[in-house]
Amino acid sequence: MTLIEASEKPDRRPGRERRIVVYLIVVAVLVALPVVARELGISFLSSPKLLPIALFIVLALGLNVVVGFAGLLDLGYAAFFAIGAYTVGLLTSPSSLLPYHEMNFWVAMVIAAVVAGIFGVILGAPTLRLRGDYLAIVTLGFGEIVPLVIKNTPEVTHGVLGIAPIGLPEIDLFGFQYRWGIESTPWYYLVLIVGALSVFLTARLRDARIGRAWAAMREDEVAAASMGVNLVNTKLFAFALGASFSGFAGAIWAGYLQQISPEQFDFSVSIFVLCMIILGGIGNIWGVVLGGAILGGFDRILAEVINNSIRSLATATGSEFLAELDVVKAKGFILGISLVVLMNLRPEGLFPSGRRKAELHAGDESGVQEHQAKETLFDKADT
Amino acid sequence: MSSELILNAQKVTKTFGGLVAVNGVDFTIPKGTIVSLIGPNGAGKTTFFNIIAGLYDPTSGTIMFDGAPIEGRRPDEIVLRGIARTFQNIRLFANMTALENVMVGRHVRMRANPFEAMLRTPRERREEAAVRLRAAELLEYVGLGGSAPEYAKNLPYGDQRRLEIARALATDPKLLLLDEPTAGMNPQETASLTRFIRRLRDELGLTVLLIEHDMSVVMGISERVTVLNYGSKLAEGTAAEIQRDPKVIEAYLGSGAIGGTSTAPAGA
Repeated sequence: MTLIEASEKPDRRPGRERRIVVYLIVVAVLVALPVVARELGISFLSSPKLLPIALFIVLALGLNVVVGFAGLLDLGYAAFFAIGAYTVGLLTSPSSLLPYHEMNFWVAMVIAAVVAGIFGVILGAPTLRLRGDYLAIVTLGFGEIVPLVIKNTPEVTHGVLGIAPIGLPEIDLFGFQYRWGIESTPWYYLVLIVGALSVFLTARLRDARIGRAWAAMREDEVAAASMGVNLVNTKLFAFALGASFSGFAGAIWAGYLQQISPEQFDFSVSIFVLCMIILGGIGNIWGVVLGGAILGGFDRILAEVINNSIRSLATATGSEFLAELDVVKAKGFILGISLVVLMNLRPEGLFPSGRRKAELHAGDESGVQEHQAKETLFDKADT
Repeated sequence: MSSELILNAQKVTKTFGGLVAVNGVDFTIPKGTIVSLIGPNGAGKTTFFNIIAGLYDPTSGTIMFDGAPIEGRRPDEIVLRGIARTFQNIRLFANMTALENVMVGRHVRMRANPFEAMLRTPRERREEAAVRLRAAELLEYVGLGGSAPEYAKNLPYGDQRRLEIARALATDPKLLLLDEPTAGMNPQETASLTRFIRRLRDELGLTVLLIEHDMSVVMGISERVTVLNYGSKLAEGTAAEIQRDPKVIEAYLGSGAIGGTSTAPAGA
């Protein structure tokens, strides 16, 4: 490969046209899915099932910026989800205790993302010097504190009672009017739009100046600083951006459920989202999407489907053992076992980024031998 | 030494708890020269380097670079002003490609902010393309033209050293700090690198500060040599003066080293 070819070929992805076709097919399938499911009566693919999965994928994409790109292990990610949801709740709910609370949903959603981003910086600032395990502990604490604060400040948040109802979004574009309501398919489409934007924007950032700075910082902070990367700004931006994705997701979640309360945002949410990233392949956007789809799909759909088939098998065979089995109750157990097995067989996740794969399989690369022949190149460069 | 000073460090001291790593060192570098810092292991050479590069704040003392004080500044601010470095133990971004490594070096000369990147504005795209091209040119310049898509960690040792130099050059430095660039190289590679360092000065007009144990490199290319011992400056002068200095011979070079071709001293 000549130098110019190399410099013009920034990545190993397939050609642009092919990629666009693949994207369009994926989008078409996702758009058609709930409609087709409804027509065919496949209840487990209906939009109330798909929506939480799609929303969790948005969360995973945001956390991927923090953990996958910038290498900052964040175990308190659900806190920003809560902050986004409560910001929208407080700004739009008729029952809100704020003096002004009849805000337009879209405006509130943007404010929710900004507020979550600000809290990302507030969490990030004191943890700048921390790495790895220590950072994980602080973020874990933050994730615990936020729901606790919500619970214990009923004069603002209604405490454990939560906030309900939440304001609804509506559009009025060129005479086309629509107001989101109980029907869940439009909410699903809203999440799809936000998810597609998340994929698009994080991919662009990864390939840009900031993405290289994140990768460099993740590899070696001292070297990154010595090459001119401002560690403070670069870290804080990762925290703020990841948090604002979560804030967006929280806003939609609140609008969809119409009821939010602190226990929806506990530690298990943070861990579940982190598991999606790890399963899919840290740092790889499509890996994260697929990891989210697999875990979310298991959690919301597959476990129940399996359970139902076991039930019908039990009645058919009269087996008492099968009748006792409950896959839904054992979800956590199955998830845990699968993760342990996966981490042993494929620590880089199912669909890793090339870089992560390289990291975790040090030593078994074939590139070394090729380079023996280049040993003399330096002398050529001299002449 | 009438020429303009690019770096002027006065009475630089750095203590770690009770240990005085660098003790009141005065050190100047005239513009466009190659200057070496030598001394036994633990003499404070790398600490002094790290102070200039901003990784450590000096306990006391001043450092003027290109007419402005830089002591106590962050590393990225110092890079912006025009000082770039390599590391004694190679610190590449191992799981990034050679090209990406050099592009990271370009970070500090880029303007695009994340919002421009999200919108992929024409200006951002032009800048990315220019940086990619510049990085490729730099790889070619150091002799790694064919290795652009390789992961840095898969490059052979000598190539990694060169990649570190290319990455440092990408920051458009005025002063290049090289921390033991020939460590671990065979004599042929060392000679080749020595010529290359001189080329950097002659072709790019760089000023070079070198930490080096290999006396053939030090004596071959440095206009001036400073010897550190136990954190203090032991001697300073031309390569020839240093080689004859009895204090230096006793502390560092050893009596058999006068030939100028010896490698790292046994007593270090």
